[in-house]
Amino acid sequence: MSTDKEQYKVHQQPYYQAQGKEVTLYEAAYRNRLPVMVKGPTGCGKSRFIEYMAWKLDKPLITVACNEDMTASDLVGRYLLEANGTRWLDGPLTTAARIGAICYLDEIVEARQDTTVVIHPLTDHRRTLPLDKKGELIHAHPDFQLVISYNPGYQSLMKDLKQSTKQRFTAFDFDYPDTALETTILAKETGLDEATSAKLVKIAHTARNLKGHGLDEGISTRLLVYAATLIKDGVDPLDACRMALVRPITDDADIRETLDHAIDATFA
Amino acid sequence: MTETEYQHPLMKAYWAQLDTGFEPIADVFEDVMAEALAILSREGIDAYLEAARVIGKLGRGVQPMLAFMEEWPTSAKTIGESGLPAIMAMIQRMQKSPNGKAITPFLETLAPVARKLRSQERMGRYLDIVLDFMERTTGSIHGHHTTFPSPGLPDFFAQAPFLLGQLTLAGMKNWVEYGIRNYRGHPERQKDYFSLQSADSRAVLQRERHGTLFMDVERKLDLYLHGLWRESEQLVPYSTAFDEMRRPVPYYDKLGMRIPDVYDDVILPLPLGEGRGEGAALDLALSVDSTLLPHPRPLPQGGRGEIRITGIDRYRVTLAHMVGHRRWTEAQIADNWSPFQRMAVEFFEDCRVETLLCREYPGLKRIFLALHPKPVEDACDPETTSCLRHRMAMLSRALLDPDHGYGDADLLDYVRRFHDLMATGIASTKEIAVLALSYVAKTRRQSDQLARVHFADTVVDYRDDNRQMWKFIEDSDDEEMFEKEKKRTPSEELKGLPPRHYPEWDYHSQTYRPDWVSVYEALHPKGNPADIDKLLLKHGALAKRLKRILDLLKPQDKVRIRYQEEGSELDLDVALRSLIDFKGGATPDPRINMSHRTNGRDISVMLLLDLSESLNEKATGGDQTILELSQEAVSLLAWAVEQLGDPFAIAGFHSNTRHDVRYLHIKGYSERWGDDAKARLAAMEANYSTRMGAAMRHAAHYLEARPADKKLMLILTDGQPSDIDTNDEQLLIEDARQAVKELDRKGIFTYCISLDPKADEYVSGIFGRQYTVIDNIQRLPEKLPELFLALTK
Ligand SMILES: Nc1ncnc2c1ncn2[C@@H]1O[C@H](COP(=O)(O)OP(=O)(O)O)[C@@H](O)[C@H]1O
Ligand SMILES: [Mg+2]
Repeated sequence: MSTDKEQYKVHQQPYYQAQGKEVTLYEAAYRNRLPVMVKGPTGCGKSRFIEYMAWKLDKPLITVACNEDMTASDLVGRYLLEANGTRWLDGPLTTAARIGAICYLDEIVEARQDTTVVIHPLTDHRRTLPLDKKGELIHAHPDFQLVISYNPGYQSLMKDLKQSTKQRFTAFDFDYPDTALETTILAKETGLDEATSAKLVKIAHTARNLKGHGLDEGISTRLLVYAATLIKDGVDPLDACRMALVRPITDDADIRETLDHAIDATFA
Repeated sequence: MTETEYQHPLMKAYWAQLDTGFEPIADVFEDVMAEALAILSREGIDAYLEAARVIGKLGRGVQPMLAFMEEWPTSAKTIGESGLPAIMAMIQRMQKSPNGKAITPFLETLAPVARKLRSQERMGRYLDIVLDFMERTTGSIHGHHTTFPSPGLPDFFAQAPFLLGQLTLAGMKNWVEYGIRNYRGHPERQKDYFSLQSADSRAVLQRERHGTLFMDVERKLDLYLHGLWRESEQLVPYSTAFDEMRRPVPYYDKLGMRIPDVYDDVILPLPLGEGRGEGAALDLALSVDSTLLPHPRPLPQGGRGEIRITGIDRYRVTLAHMVGHRRWTEAQIADNWSPFQRMAVEFFEDCRVETLLCREYPGLKRIFLALHPKPVEDACDPETTSCLRHRMAMLSRALLDPDHGYGDADLLDYVRRFHDLMATGIASTKEIAVLALSYVAKTRRQSDQLARVHFADTVVDYRDDNRQMWKFIEDSDDEEMFEKEKKRTPSEELKGLPPRHYPEWDYHSQTYRPDWVSVYEALHPKGNPADIDKLLLKHGALAKRLKRILDLLKPQDKVRIRYQEEGSELDLDVALRSLIDFKGGATPDPRINMSHRTNGRDISVMLLLDLSESLNEKATGGDQTILELSQEAVSLLAWAVEQLGDPFAIAGFHSNTRHDVRYLHIKGYSERWGDDAKARLAAMEANYSTRMGAAMRHAAHYLEARPADKKLMLILTDGQPSDIDTNDEQLLIEDARQAVKELDRKGIFTYCISLDPKADEYVSGIFGRQYTVIDNIQRLPEKLPELFLALTK
C-alpha cells in the first residue's frame, strides 16, 4: 500500500507569531519523537502552530477533527462492506503511522474515551499500532509523531482526558496572546492597521472578562481575524464587530447589548 | 392544639420562644426556621421570634403570624434585619386603626416588595406612602371618625409588588395620590382603583411609567462593570424625587455604588453652529431634570436634530465615573483646605478621571459632553453673586470639550496647563490638586464669599459626591471602636441552649460510656464578610485554575451514546439507514448500536474544622497563622463547592473537657455561601482542645439527615485528638477511630486533612487510608479545594 506523502505536506509557509519558546521546544520534542499535547481555548492558535511546525520540519501533516460520534475505527480504519465482499480501508491515524506524518488529533476529548485508548501504544517506546480486526501490527514510520489538542476550560468530566492518557504527552499551554501580540497577529494576518486592530483586541477583552457571567468562552483570536478581515474589506467596523465578534458567541440579550456598547465606546 | 415535640434542643428552644398553639405554624415551623437560621443573625432570630409571637397575639387568627413567619426572613435578606422595627410599627398602626384586616395582605407581599425596594431607605419611603394612604382613606366617609377601614388598602397591598415592578416609588406615590384625591368619598371606586380594575387607574399607571428603571437594567450594569472595567460591585439604588430640598447624588462606599432608581432619557437639540445663542438653548434642556418634576411627562421622541442619551447610558457613565475614581483617585487629607479649595480640587479631579476614562473608551466622551452642563460665560454677576461654582463648571466643561468657545484668559490658561499635565501620563490627584489650588488663588474674587451662590448649570449629575476623595484626620478612630464592640467570648455566646449528649468509646473496656460528652451548639459569631471576599480576591489566580476543574465536574444527566459498533442495544434509526445504504449498493455505516450512561452527582458535604488553640501558631515558612491559612483554604473550598452546587455545611469545634464541647455552626445546608456564612468564617477563632469524636458524631447527625447518594465528611485538623481532662493520649484517638467506624456504617465517608507533620504516627490509626497530610501548610489554600475535587471526581 502506498500513499503519496506530498499531498499531506504544508507547502506554503503559514504565518505564525510565536508567543514564547514554543517553536524551539517543539523542535526538540519532534527530534525525540515525543508525543505533544497543545492545550488552550478555541481559536487561540493551536492548529496554526502545528501547521507551522509541520511546514518548518517539512513533514506531512494529517489533521483529524474529533467529534463525539467518532470511534476507534474512524481513526484506525475498518472493513467496508461492498457488494462483492469486504475491503479494508486505513483510517487517518494508520495512514500517518505508515507514511511518517505528524498526526494531529484536534479536540481529542470530543471523541469518546474508548477511542483515545488506541493511541496509547503509539505514544510509548513501542510506537506500534495494532489493527485488531485486520490482524496486523503496524510499526510506526520513524518520522511519525502524534499531536493532540484540547480545551481544558470547556469539557465536562466525562470528556476529560484520562490521567493515563495525559501522562503520555509533553504539553504546551496556550492562551489568547497578550494585547500587543494579538494586535500584531491581526495586523499581520489581515493587513488591518495597528490602531484598529488594537481596538478589536480591546473588545475581545471585554468579552473575556465576562466569561463565567453568562459567557462560556470569550471572543477568540479566530473571530478577531474574521472581524479584521471584514473591516479590511470595507465593512463598517461597528457592523463588522457585531457580526463577527458578538453575534456568534451569545444569544443573551443583556450580554449582547453590553458588548455592543463596548464596540460603540471603543470606536468613538 | 397539639403539643409539638422538637428533637433538636435548639428547635425546642425556638418553639418555646414563639409561645403559640397554632397548628398551621407548627406545620411550617421547621422549614421557616431553617430559612431564618440561614439568613438572620442570632439577634435577628430573637427579634424574629418575638415579633412573630406579638403578631400571633393580636387576636387576628393565625394568618398574619403565618404570613410574617414566611415573609420576614427573605425580606430581611434584601433590606436588612434592622428594618424590622419599622415593619412592626406599621403593624401596630394598623392594629390600632380600623385597618387590622389589612395586616395580613401587608405581610403577605412583604418579601416581594422588599425584593423590589432593595434598601431600607426605600422601604421607609414605601411605609410612608402606605401610612399616608391609610390615614387619608380611613373613616373619612360622611365625616365619621375612624369607623371605616380604608377600602382600597388590602387591594393596594396585593398590587404593590406589581406596581413597584412598573414604577419608581415616586411614581407609585403619584398613582396613590391620584386615587385618594379623586375617590375619597367613594369606597367602592377606591376598591376598583387600588385593585387596578378601573380604566383611569391603569391610565395613571401608564402615565407614571417612564425612564429606565434600575431594576430592569441591573444585570446589564453588572455586565458593564465586569466586561468593560473588570469591576464587580454591589449596586444599590436610592429613590429620587423625595428630597425636595437636596437631591440625592450618586456615591460609593464599602457597601457598594449608590445610584438613582430611575434615569429618564435626556434629549438635547443638536448644536447646529457654535456661539452663545446655541449654547443657551442647550443649557435649558440640560438644566431641566425630569426626575424632579412632580408629574414627569414622557419626553418627546428623539428625532432628527436631537441628541438622545438613554437612561442606560446615563447609568453607564455614572458607574464609569465612579470606576475612574476608584482606579485613579487617591484620597487627600481635607483638614487643611477650605471648602472652596476642596470644591475646586473636586472639579479638576473629576475632569482628570474622565479624561482617563475617555482614553480607555473614547466613545464615553460623547455621553459626558451631552450630559455636562454648558454654562453661559456671563450668566453670573460677580457684583451680587458668588460665581465660584459657575467658574468651576465652565472650566470643567472646557477641560472636556475642545469646542467650549469660552474666551476668559485665565480659563484658557488653565485648560492648557491641565492638558500639559495630562500629556505627561495619568498625573495624580496630588498634582491635579496643586493645579486646582492655584486656579482658585488666581481667580479669587471678594464676592466668592457672598451667600448668594450661582447654581444654574453647575451640577454635573452623573458625578458622584466625591466623599471618597477626602480623608479627615480628626475622626478616624470609629473603626477601632466598632471592632471592640464586636468581640465576644465564645462561652458567653453558648450558654442558654441545652446540650446534646454523646457516648465516648473506652478502648480499655471496649465499651461505650453512655452520654459522656456534652456538645453545645451555637451559631459562630460574625465578623466582616468582606474579609473573606478579600481572601478570595487574593487567590484569584488559583480560583481561576480551580474553575477549570470545576467545570469538568459539573453534573450531567443520563446520556445516550449513539453510533457504536458495539453497544447495549440496536439503534433502529441508524440500523435502518445502514441497511438501506447496503441494499442500495453504498457502504453501510457499521455503527448501528447504542448504549446509555448516567452521570449524576449527588453528594452532600460536611466540612468540620478543628478550632483548637494550636491553630494560633505561625505556620512554618510564612508569617500567617495556621488559622489564617485554614480560613483562606475553607473560603476557597466553599467557593468551589458552591460553584458545583453540592449541598454543603461548615462547622467548627473545640472542647474544654467532656462537659463542654463547642460545636460552632458556620454554614448550614440550606444557607447560601453568602455574606452571613462568610461573616462567621471571618470571625473564626482558635481556642481550647480537640475532642474530635464527639464533634464528628454531632456533625454526622446533620449529614445523616441529608437525602444524598454520597455523604462526605472532611475534617481539617492540625493535631491529634486530645483534651485537658484526659491523660491517656490513646483514649481520644481510639474514640475518634470508633467514630469513623460508626460514620462508615451510616454511609458517611470520612476524610481527614491533617496539618500535623507528625500525623503519620496516629492518623492512619484513626482514618485508615482516608487521609492526607499536608506538609507545606503554605499551600493549604490550593490543596484543600483540589483534594475535595479529586475526592469527588
Ligand atoms: N500565534 C498566532 N500566529 C498567527 N495567527 C494566529 C495565531 N494565533 C491565532 N491566530 C489566528 O487565529 C486563527 C485561529 O487559530 P487556530 O489555530 O485555528 O485556533 P485553535 O486551533 O486554537 O482553535 C488562525 O487562523 C489565525 O488566523
Ligand atoms: Mg467624582
